[in-house]
Amino acid sequence: MVATGTPQARVGASRPGIRAAKPRGRRVGSGRVGYLFVAGYTILLLLFGVAPVAYALWLSVTNSSGQLVGLGNFTRVFADYRFGPVFAHIGLYLVLWLISLMVLVVTLALMLHGRLKRTSAVVRFLCYLPGAFAGASSVLIWLILLDPVASPIGPVLRAVGWSSAAQVVAPENLPVIFMIIAFWTGAGSWIVIMYGALNGIPHEVIEAARIDGAGALQIALRIQLPMLRKWIAYMLILAFAGGAQLFVEPQLVGTASFGQVPDDWSPNQLSYQYAFVAADFNGAAAIAVVLLVLSLGCAAAAVFKAGLFERGHS
Amino acid sequence: MITPSTRTGPRRARALVAVMTAASLITACADADPNRDGAQRAAAGPFSPAPQDPSSEITVWVDATRTAAVEAYREAHPEVKIKAVTYSGGANGSTELRTKVELFNRTGEGWPDVVWPNVQDLAWATTGATPFAAPLDTLVDRSVLDGYVKGALDQCTVGGKVYCLRNDLAQNVLWYNKKLMDQFGYQVPTTWEQWQQLGLRVGREHPGYLVGEVGSPTTPHIYFWGSQCPASVLTGDKTVTVDLRDPTCTRMAQLLDPLLSAGALGTRNKWDTGFIKEQAAKILMMPGPAWYGQALFNAGYHTPQGEIAAAAPLKFAADAETWTGAVGGGMWFISSHSRNLKAAVDFATWVTTDPGYTATAATYPAYGPAATGWLAAQQASGYYANDIGPVLQQAAPRIWTKWAVSTLYSQEAIYAATMVPALSSGKSVSSQMDVWQQAIVNKATALGYKVN
Repeated sequence: MVATGTPQARVGASRPGIRAAKPRGRRVGSGRVGYLFVAGYTILLLLFGVAPVAYALWLSVTNSSGQLVGLGNFTRVFADYRFGPVFAHIGLYLVLWLISLMVLVVTLALMLHGRLKRTSAVVRFLCYLPGAFAGASSVLIWLILLDPVASPIGPVLRAVGWSSAAQVVAPENLPVIFMIIAFWTGAGSWIVIMYGALNGIPHEVIEAARIDGAGALQIALRIQLPMLRKWIAYMLILAFAGGAQLFVEPQLVGTASFGQVPDDWSPNQLSYQYAFVAADFNGAAAIAVVLLVLSLGCAAAAVFKAGLFERGHS
Repeated sequence: MITPSTRTGPRRARALVAVMTAASLITACADADPNRDGAQRAAAGPFSPAPQDPSSEITVWVDATRTAAVEAYREAHPEVKIKAVTYSGGANGSTELRTKVELFNRTGEGWPDVVWPNVQDLAWATTGATPFAAPLDTLVDRSVLDGYVKGALDQCTVGGKVYCLRNDLAQNVLWYNKKLMDQFGYQVPTTWEQWQQLGLRVGREHPGYLVGEVGSPTTPHIYFWGSQCPASVLTGDKTVTVDLRDPTCTRMAQLLDPLLSAGALGTRNKWDTGFIKEQAAKILMMPGPAWYGQALFNAGYHTPQGEIAAAAPLKFAADAETWTGAVGGGMWFISSHSRNLKAAVDFATWVTTDPGYTATAATYPAYGPAATGWLAAQQASGYYANDIGPVLQQAAPRIWTKWAVSTLYSQEAIYAATMVPALSSGKSVSSQMDVWQQAIVNKATALGYKVN
């Protein structure tokens, strides 16, 4: 599905005559089947996606007695001394994570596709492997890797000047550490997806470029990258939404470092603190809505910038 | 796809959203503050138990360690219907109990009869108009309540009512390695000042050996609690005094700093793999709670038998009396919703007072008469280099009771997140006291406490 999506859309769009010529009745019929196919997803989306969002929106403008408070909860969480730091933390983490994801995933996928063709099946599998672990267990592996005494890369950590786990998880290192964990657990599946997208680029386009004298680098920069644009945008949207909700990594590293990572490092953790330590679900909902607005805003920017939903040209 | 008719859709929606937002802002007259009832909430009214059914089953929520208590009780009382549910027990500051109880309050059913809570749970379970924890003054015999070590039930007492039964105490004493002390020819100190002087000597004469560590979250409970520092003094349900500039706090910071510079105080967490591997064998002295003997030195560090000994908690030379801190010490709640209070009370009383069971427990019993049997069992293990009994018994009623652990926030978590990274990067304790103060004040204020 991944491999064929792009070319089909393009082929269909470049030959509008074929579409128009299709019998009208058949289109209606296939539409009905289409509804059936999306029904399952839509129902689940309404139940577990839209309804909770609506509930969070409602909670964020009311107080615990159910009275409307307007933006009171928002001004309250904005004034919280932790609000600035959590978004600074997550902002730095997201910048590092999205850049590394974009640059490294695309580079690795291009290399696998072009240069390492013979070994690429094995390498692809190896890249994907860490992602096959459940999220929490892959974080646990890193807890061992980050302890200079227990880690197989202990000598490297010591060479950098870190002799104890406490020094490794110092506050200034945390965004980079979480970025590395996230990259290790999440990038593999994106490499596989990008590889599939690269397969979707028609061979004749590459062939034509090659005949015109383009080298591997030129093909990558001028043909493959522009054609991957929508996939990269798609990856960025999902990675941003996922990254902004960072929770497991700081929570587990915090527990493992005996509380050295504060329990309110990321916005999601702060929201959790509001809900389950202060029993303030309205404040928690306000933070959730802020995250939602940010994610939607960035998603919209990526969608329009990359023309994700434009079908006419890519 | 894009036709004029569909274009007006988003516009209308936008207008609708704008109108709704404006409307909600206009109608927004209510207060968003979750603590709008103010710091002074209604005091607990008279306790009115749920309808009782003496034959009903009781449900006990315990952490993994305490399942043994339920098993032991079941064996001793085969006639009682008792169900054990293992939960987090509030480990690592988990708020599971509070979350679940709030859900049960909404549904009006599902509360456990007896709970092993964490210390933060005291803050919400014993306060408000109808506290979750049942007041035990009338449910437990006065003679039994009087048997708990002096001061042990203070932490359970709110507004003159006792809301929990203490399971164990974790009074701090001075643990030391007798073999090493003898070998180096050192005298066991009795005051903090002597301890510091000896620590500086250790730094010079036996570098690498430690007289304590400040890299664990529990550090404030050992050093600053023992120094009677007002880092957390509750003056009401939701009012707290935090003053790290008090001389009782700064004297401890100034005591610790030279030792840090001399390398005689560890800055790694005592449970850290690296600490256990590289420094655990070099512990000369370590102020800490009653459970260090077995749980830390024996089980954690595998320090050989016959080396570890306990001495009386350290005091400041200027102080008239010895006061010490505590690291832990569990308790039991009985739910005010229980339909079988008699059985619930019997369980909680039995596990905290029964001589046979408490002697086998892992930690120092809070019930005075039970301590004798426990200490005898400890001594019979042959692990210690001296008789730890008199030391632990003497320290038990000397826990400074003004230091409140029963706040919604955990001092340990604050110390771990603010002080530990600073100390492990080489900063001094004194230089961080203001940062620490601010961190406590911030956390307390965020959770609705009035700080003065």
